[in-house]
Amino acid sequence: MGQTLFDKIWDAHVVSSNEGFPDILYIDTHFIHEVTSPQAFDGLRARGLPVFRPKQTVATADHNVPTWDQHLPIKEELSRYQVDMLTKNCAEFGIELYGLGHPFQGIVHVIGPELGITRPGGTYVCGDSHTSTHGAFGAIAFGIGTSQVEQVMATQCLLQQRPKRMKIEVNGKLQNGVGAKDIILYIIAQISAAGGTGYAVEYAGDTIRSLSMEGRMTICNMSIEMGARCGLIAPDETTINYVKGREFAPKGEAWDEAVAYWQTLYSDEDADFDSVLSFKAEDIEPMITYGTNPGMGIGVTQHVPETASFEQKQQGSYKKALDYMGLHDDEQLLGKPIDYVFIGSCTNSRIEDLRQVAEFVKGKHKADNVTVWVVPGSKQVQEQAIREGLDKIFDAAGFPLREPGCSACLGMNEDKIPAGKYCVSTSNRNFEGRQGPNSRTFLASPLTAAASAITGVVTDIRSFLKEEELV
Amino acid sequence: MSTKIFKHIQTSVVPLPIENIDTDQIIPARFLKATTREGFGNNLFRDWRYDNEGNPKTDFVLNEPIYSGKILVAGKNFGCGSSREHAAWAIADYGFDAVVSSFFADIFKGNALNNGLLPVQVSDDFLAKLFAAVFADPHAVIEIDLVDQFIKIVATGEQESFEVNPYKKACMTNGYDDIDYILSKKELITEFEEAR
Ligand code: SF4
Repeated sequence: MGQTLFDKIWDAHVVSSNEGFPDILYIDTHFIHEVTSPQAFDGLRARGLPVFRPKQTVATADHNVPTWDQHLPIKEELSRYQVDMLTKNCAEFGIELYGLGHPFQGIVHVIGPELGITRPGGTYVCGDSHTSTHGAFGAIAFGIGTSQVEQVMATQCLLQQRPKRMKIEVNGKLQNGVGAKDIILYIIAQISAAGGTGYAVEYAGDTIRSLSMEGRMTICNMSIEMGARCGLIAPDETTINYVKGREFAPKGEAWDEAVAYWQTLYSDEDADFDSVLSFKAEDIEPMITYGTNPGMGIGVTQHVPETASFEQKQQGSYKKALDYMGLHDDEQLLGKPIDYVFIGSCTNSRIEDLRQVAEFVKGKHKADNVTVWVVPGSKQVQEQAIREGLDKIFDAAGFPLREPGCSACLGMNEDKIPAGKYCVSTSNRNFEGRQGPNSRTFLASPLTAAASAITGVVTDIRSFLKEEELV
Repeated sequence: MSTKIFKHIQTSVVPLPIENIDTDQIIPARFLKATTREGFGNNLFRDWRYDNEGNPKTDFVLNEPIYSGKILVAGKNFGCGSSREHAAWAIADYGFDAVVSSFFADIFKGNALNNGLLPVQVSDDFLAKLFAAVFADPHAVIEIDLVDQFIKIVATGEQESFEVNPYKKACMTNGYDDIDYILSKKELITEFEEAR
């Protein structure tokens, strides 16, 4: 029996496997940030332990940082304290920190890949559930809690039960205006926010293969939104070309050896998956969510489901979600006025996302009723955007380019969507209050978000594309 | 380092029959700025529990004095969303020892177990029975036994067994934690590193 990609990587990292115990899994790189690490450092101090492999630990400040005037001290006292604490802890324990002002600073799941730290075949963890992003390189990467952050700091290992394996195939040609974000929102809408729980999900099929690394990261990023432990995609030429030459990528002979190994990383034809699902690319419309979990998504032209279409015991939760969103049964979102557009987060804040948005908004201007925030995923993305002149295009369109951080994805800093306001957001979660107390989130792709910013209402990007083809 | 020991509890429960309760509801991100593990209970279910001015919303179950106890009973897919362990800390800090649901998100379950908070996964049917029991009698007593792995509605004697990873069970009933276990195998880690 052949092996899955997941099992090949897992087996190569098992330090010890004992009947009745979870495996002890070796972690290649541990990413840490300011929010989920302080209690773990305290734990180490209480035990009198050092960080076991500080060189395999990479820190950045992202969740809680301002995205405007980053050169000034952080105004909010608790946020400043948390970020300062990270600086102190990293100094004390010998960990490299890409803090505010550092050219490598950014959202942890953006900087790992762009610095060449994330590579095929590796194991990566971080106290953040969207660590699944790194799986796009054909790696095992998942989010952990703070007790586990402490565990990895203390031992460079993690006690883990091997999850089941699922394969999700997408084949066929995508419609114009439909991209990676639509694919993943579609899959989650089909299988629900819990449909992947307990699984490591491998994405395959020619549609997935045709995606850039950025697109693949968007897909793997949201694996957690279907409850999956992690998501991964077998490495290929696209992956290798992306990693090549990056800051910490292997060089010279080490590179050749690494590539030779990476080429062995795929699921064997006769590999056994616990579950296999397949979808057709042609069926996918530009997607948008209407509810309060990422599984509550529809094609942008469709209507919000009727309460009566759910089982009796689910109706209460469904009604609660619609009430929160200020929507009613059978409502169509298309044409609904919005207040904010957020383009950013570890799902969609890479240079490719910004280029795509800039290309679309060039020569257009946002609607008066909409406030737009474009938040780059990292300092490097920000600078690249400026080098390419994207900031000018954004400025002219009324889309100010801010500074890197998690920002309105979770509203921990001052970038909060006000109560009752609607935001079309390229982030990954539409939970109640996620973007600020009582904020209302419609998750969508960067193109859908940009088009909606221009019109001021929820918009089908395809209507623009048709028009532009005619011109 | 030892953690809290859990073997058996018998208590009234707090019902929260909502599905897909995510960790942003359990503890919103803006309360994650603390750098210690304590005090998160004050902001447990913050935005359901308090209005924008900070006044308690009287129709939320934690503000209804008739419901109390050490067990939180919640709808399916409890704890989905972020990996923030603060969610488990908040529930434990508030005073709960166990959460019962018909389905738990993966990371939350692990975080709870690492903090002496027992996630008890029951069938949809049994969950419905639990809700019925507590809505009929808010003081209904529920028993959870980790050693023998069952949960019981004391008044009617209805019970169901539940699964728990044997290793995690040993940790919880003895107060061990994962780091102690891995550290006991430390030479294997360096051997692994050298062999790569
Ligand atoms: S951008 Fe959002 S989802 Fe991504 S790491 Fe930051 S807070 Fe988490």
